Parts: sequence; structure tokens; C-alpha cells
Amino acid sequence: MGPIDGVNAAARRMPAWPLYIIGVLPAIWLVWLGATGGLGAEPIKALERGLGEKALQLLVLVLAITPLRRFVGLNLLKFRRAIGLLVFIYAALHLLVWLVLDVQIPAQIWADIVKRPYVTIGFTGFLLLVPLAMTSNNWSVRRLGPKWRQLHRLTYVAAALGGVHYIWLVKGIQIEPLAYMAVILGLLALRKRGAPRKQAG
Amino acid sequence: MANRWKNDLKDCDVTPEAAFLNRRQLMAGAAAGIGLAGIGSTARAETLEPNDWEDITSYNNYYEFGTGKDDPARYAHTLVTKPWTVKIDGMVDHPGDYAFDDIMAMMTVEERLYRFRCVEAWSMVVPWNGFELADLLAMAGVQSGAKYIAFETANRPDEMPGVRYPVLDWPYVEGLRIDEAMHPLTIMATGIYGKDIPNQNGAPLRLVVPWKYGFKSIKSIVRITATDKQPPTSWNKANASEYGFYSNVNPKVDHRRWSQATERRIGGGLFTKRQDTLMFNGYANEVAGIYAGMDLRKNF
Repeated sequence: MGPIDGVNAAARRMPAWPLYIIGVLPAIWLVWLGATGGLGAEPIKALERGLGEKALQLLVLVLAITPLRRFVGLNLLKFRRAIGLLVFIYAALHLLVWLVLDVQIPAQIWADIVKRPYVTIGFTGFLLLVPLAMTSNNWSVRRLGPKWRQLHRLTYVAAALGGVHYIWLVKGIQIEPLAYMAVILGLLALRKRGAPRKQAG
Repeated sequence: MANRWKNDLKDCDVTPEAAFLNRRQLMAGAAAGIGLAGIGSTARAETLEPNDWEDITSYNNYYEFGTGKDDPARYAHTLVTKPWTVKIDGMVDHPGDYAFDDIMAMMTVEERLYRFRCVEAWSMVVPWNGFELADLLAMAGVQSGAKYIAFETANRPDEMPGVRYPVLDWPYVEGLRIDEAMHPLTIMATGIYGKDIPNQNGAPLRLVVPWKYGFKSIKSIVRITATDKQPPTSWNKANASEYGFYSNVNPKVDHRRWSQATERRIGGGLFTKRQDTLMFNGYANEVAGIYAGMDLRKNF
């Protein structure tokens, strides 16, 4: 048994539900740091940024699951729902911090969503995640049948929008957002190449 | 804010920081007095509570040391600021390489408590120590034909890890119109809270133009040039539609990607309320005149 098989066997034995608990710990930790002065002189932006980055990292992880199975033989499919829902939770918290702590002024919130392209794009990406989160249960999977898979391809769009959102909000040419975008596009490109039809998705 | 100000200046020895606080109260009181006389705005008296040393020296934009706000405080210690030479050239009577210590011997350092407004819509109040740029320019003998002053930051890949990345076209350069450069509010800062200015804030000397967005206040200056042409400026070169040459604080002219109508004071924690941004960052009485007749929307 190779190391990959070992991981697969361990993953089979492991339940997925602890991921939800482990997954939200960083959010709690960030909020705690922000409330106790651990996020520096400007905790609002730091919290907002930290939550947004986590959402993006989890999105990359979600996108990596299919290529990992196809090209490496690593099967982490059973954790995908939990990770996907964590993407939604982090994106929602990121949006909430932006609304309540950062912009604060209702009139300006709407103006920003309409007038500021990077906000429009980030907000659109979040809206795309809403139906995905709502249909991430067994009942919906059964109910929607093949449509479920089609619907959940919105993940690709949301990930690309998330990447653009990050690139667009920073000043100057910065490495980190470009690196995220490159990884996201790379993972999307991997899906196009020689995928047997039944494994697509 | 009449209640906050009380004159407790005494003729006894005080620590430098206490001396500072007394002075601030005097200034706040004076500003409030002007406000009552209907000349100044009372907002200035309300907001002139300086940020603490920790905030001012830990939350910085100095991309030569990285784009994170805490990068400068973490990495700027590698910058060698002693010795330091400033080249003054162009349309001046006495061009040359001036040692920082020689400049300091000629200049009168004073304290200036200024609002500091970043283009990213956050702000601080900083108790700078420095001298008026006009004094330095007078020393160099700026010629009558000069219309602009150009500035340049050190560009040292060995000491500045950030310049290895093309975030901006290094070295960082900035510029002022001659009347802006000669304005009494415009200083070269060499200290904060009476201490030498830390590297992350632009040691050993930096520009401070309090009515403009922070990026105009160029750090760690190695060259000052008097010229008759408008000099290139770093952020304008990077994105001309977002950053103009003037970059005066103006709540009515938004940055392309965000509003400039409000700002958030650093240091208030997780629930800090936004406050209105003031025209020319609250220095309209002092500087609005030099832009009379200019379309500030076009010349943003």
C-alpha cells in the first residue's frame, strides 16, 4: 500500500463533521485577536482581510479536490461539502465585517456595490455562493439530480471573481493576489484536460 | 471642546512628552479660539489628539519594505541611515551633497502636530518634529525660474526587500509645486514625539505635507531637485487615473476605487466610527488660497 492509499484509507475512516468545528476556529481566533488588540493598530481592515483571504484559500482547496483525485489518486471528496460551506461562511463573515464595521454607512454601502468594480465583483462572487450553500445537502443533491452538478459549476465563476476582487482592491502590482489568481486559473485549467465525462465536476 | 483645554503650563521642569501635551493643549485652545471668532473650524480642536507612538510606528505604508502594514516596522531596521547624504541639485545656487548632520546644524527643528490622511481612507494625528522645507530651500538658494521641487527616496535593494518586487517603478519619487514646497505648513520631519524618526516612518528625513494624501509625504529622501517642469510622481506613474499630481485631501473627489468622503482614525479598535474627511484635511484656511481658480476635480 503506497502513501496515497494510506491517506485514502485514513480519510475513509475519518468523519467529515469535525471539519466544520476546526474550520471555524480561525474565524473565532481572528475576531478574538481583533477585540483584544492582537490585530494591530487597524483591526477592522485586518479582520476583513484575514476573513477574505481564508475564504479564498478554502476556495482553492475546494477546487483542488477533483484534480487531486484525478491526477494524484487522492480521494478527499467526502470533505468537499464541509470545505465548500466553510468558503461560504468565511465569505459571509468577510462581507459582514465590511458592511457593519468597515463601511458602516448604509447609503455608502450600496453606492460602493454599484460604483466600485472590485466591490461589485466581490459581492457578485458572494451572491453566487448563496445557492451553492443552500443546495449543499443530500436532499438537494437528490432533488436536483444532474442539475446539481451544473449548478455547482458556479464555484468556478465564484473563484475567478474572488481572484479578480483581490487583484483589483490592492494598490500597485502585488505578488500575493496574482499568485492566488494563477493557482485558481491553474486548477480550473486542469479540469479541461482529458477528463473522462463521468468524472467531470 | 472648551472643557478639555486647561492651561497647566508651569515654569518647572517637564519631561519632553509632557511638554508636548501642554503644547498640544495650547494649540487646541488657540484653534478653538479661532473657531469662536468664526475664522477656523472647531473640528480641528476636537481631532487634534495625537495617536500614540505604537500606532504611528507600527501601521505604515512604506512599500520599499513590503506591502503589508506591519512590514515596515518588521523590516525597516536594515536601512542604514547613518551616514546620510541628501543631494540638492537642479535650479539652485548651491547644489551639492549635503550630509544630514550638516543640514540639521543649519535648521531649526520645531514640533508640529498634524493630521495625517492616507489615500486609503484612514488617518492619524502625528506629533512631528522637523524644520520647514522653505528654510532648506532658502539655504540651497532656489533660483527664481524654478517652478517645482522633485524628491527621491533611497533605492537600496540590499537594505529594502520590497524594491525587489515591481510594485512601483523604483525609486519612489514625488514632487510639489514651488509654492506648496515653500508653504510654512510643509516640513521635513526628522522626529516623532521628540525622538528620532524611526526607519519605518522615513528616517532620517521625510517630507510632511499635511493637506495632501500621505503618499505625497515621501520618506527617506536622498535627493531634492529644483526644476521648471512638473516632475513625475510614483503613484501617478503607476495609475494616472487614480492618483493625480496634486493629491490634495478632498472629500468631494473620490478615488476611482473608493470614496474619500469619510475616514477612520487609527487606534480606536474594532468599533471605530467613520468621521467626515475635511477639505484639505482641515487646512483649508492655510492653503485653499494657493489653489484659487483651479478646478480641483480636474487637478485632483
